[in-house]
Amino acid sequence: MSCQIEITGLVKRFGGNTVLDGIDLCLEPGERVAIIGPSGTGKSTLLRCLNFLDRPDRGVIRLGDLSVDAARASRAEVLALRRRTAFVFQNYALFANKTARANIIEGLTTVRGWPQDKARARADDILAQIGLGDRGDSYPAAMSGGQQQRVGIGRAMALDADLMLFDEPTSALDPEWVGEVLDLIRRIADGRQTMLIVTHEMQFAREIADRVVFMEGGRIVEQGPPAQIFGRAQDDRTRAFLRRVG
Amino acid sequence: MRPLDTAYMMDLVPVIAGYVPLTLFMAIVAMIAALVLASMLAIVRVLRVPVLDRVVAVFISFFRGTPLLVQLFLFYFGLPQMVPAMTGINGVTAAIIGLTLHFSAYMAESIRGAILGVDRSQWEAAQSIGMTQGQLLRRIILPQGARTAAPTLMNYFIDMIKSTSLAFTLGVTEMMGAAQKEAAGSFLYLEAFLVVAIFYWIIVEVLSVGQRRLETSLGKAVAR
Ligand SMILES: Nc1ncnc2c1ncn2[C@@H]1O[C@H](COP(=O)(O)OP(=O)(O)O)[C@@H](O)[C@H]1O
Ligand SMILES: [Mg+2]
Repeated sequence: MSCQIEITGLVKRFGGNTVLDGIDLCLEPGERVAIIGPSGTGKSTLLRCLNFLDRPDRGVIRLGDLSVDAARASRAEVLALRRRTAFVFQNYALFANKTARANIIEGLTTVRGWPQDKARARADDILAQIGLGDRGDSYPAAMSGGQQQRVGIGRAMALDADLMLFDEPTSALDPEWVGEVLDLIRRIADGRQTMLIVTHEMQFAREIADRVVFMEGGRIVEQGPPAQIFGRAQDDRTRAFLRRVG
Repeated sequence: MRPLDTAYMMDLVPVIAGYVPLTLFMAIVAMIAALVLASMLAIVRVLRVPVLDRVVAVFISFFRGTPLLVQLFLFYFGLPQMVPAMTGINGVTAAIIGLTLHFSAYMAESIRGAILGVDRSQWEAAQSIGMTQGQLLRRIILPQGARTAAPTLMNYFIDMIKSTSLAFTLGVTEMMGAAQKEAAGSFLYLEAFLVVAIFYWIIVEVLSVGQRRLETSLGKAVAR
């Protein structure tokens, strides 16, 4: 197995509370991995640690040739890692002072140093892909939840990241907007973008994931192809969880 | 009771009007400098920069805890006795420095409050795309904080304009100084100071209208 992305021995504590208890994970190029598990189990923390929104206490994160040892990560390494991992937030977290287009442009100009016109052309291209070609000048406050989350995904797409991280991208949405956001993520998945997606949408995970990871208590309990996890899970905890979520 | 000498007052109008530019100049320069300084002070406090944070806290405490007039006298009359380079500092410069430091202390606190009011998700989103601390403050956090702080900062600007009148105690002939001189010649103190009061009042009223416009347009910008 050739890992494009390799996570080794990731540990995160909040005070005395060990939230990630030694996570090892390897993603092949283009692999789409869904993470499922009870709430409070460290799924968000895992994603946040991969982007250093939470600083891991221990462990190594390797993205291709970039290897970051959490214990002694320099500021430059953290920035490099963040520029190669894109994060989609549960609550969208769009820049409230910027239009949809400017939200997408920001990472291109400010972070990647693109000239304004090139970035604008790319942003317009992304706006069209996310079905918001006509809303580029709208501010987040004037958009529906579904539209905002699509812009959030567009902002992440603009980074051309090695790894896209989705933290329950549809959990905060009114039911009417869930479909359009899942459709967009499905299209990104179809493009074989390497991704880690935390989701409660089991049917969706089964459809798009190459592999499903079940987490509980800060550890990976079981992982495998969707058919295996959803069909014949080995671990009692996995089966119990899947029974609960129906 | 004697009647107001309105003819004298009318004569004074162009005289005092001639000093409006100097008053505005001092207020605007000091305001811009204070905005820059206050933003830096606020950032030091928000990021809890080691050591500097304590220094800034003392700075803010001192400039909020002592009267502006005392501060101006310290700069103009006091410091030159210790720092020879400051000998011969002119009144306008001393007033601008004093106003800047004094108001930056107040403004830093309201900017700090506004920054802390920006949702944590905004910091995280900016970090997640790889922005440096400086970039995220400049492009995401400060603009949003500024929106919250704008009405308060505008109030400080209005306060600043009125406070420029203290520059006359440093020998600067600005609006207040000019009125004082006129009155000293004519002995018509009431008329002279009434005219200058009305001038301040008009300037502040004009700014208040601007302030309300600004607030409406800021309100619109986020809800388009
Ligand atoms: N910033 C934080 N400070 C303290 N505890 C936290 C923090 N973030 C998360 N936790 C704790 O870590 C545990 C895992 O949280 P999280 O990763 O959000 O779980 P999940 O996403 O699986 O629901 C929870 O018990 C939560 O209370
Ligand atoms: Mg979560």
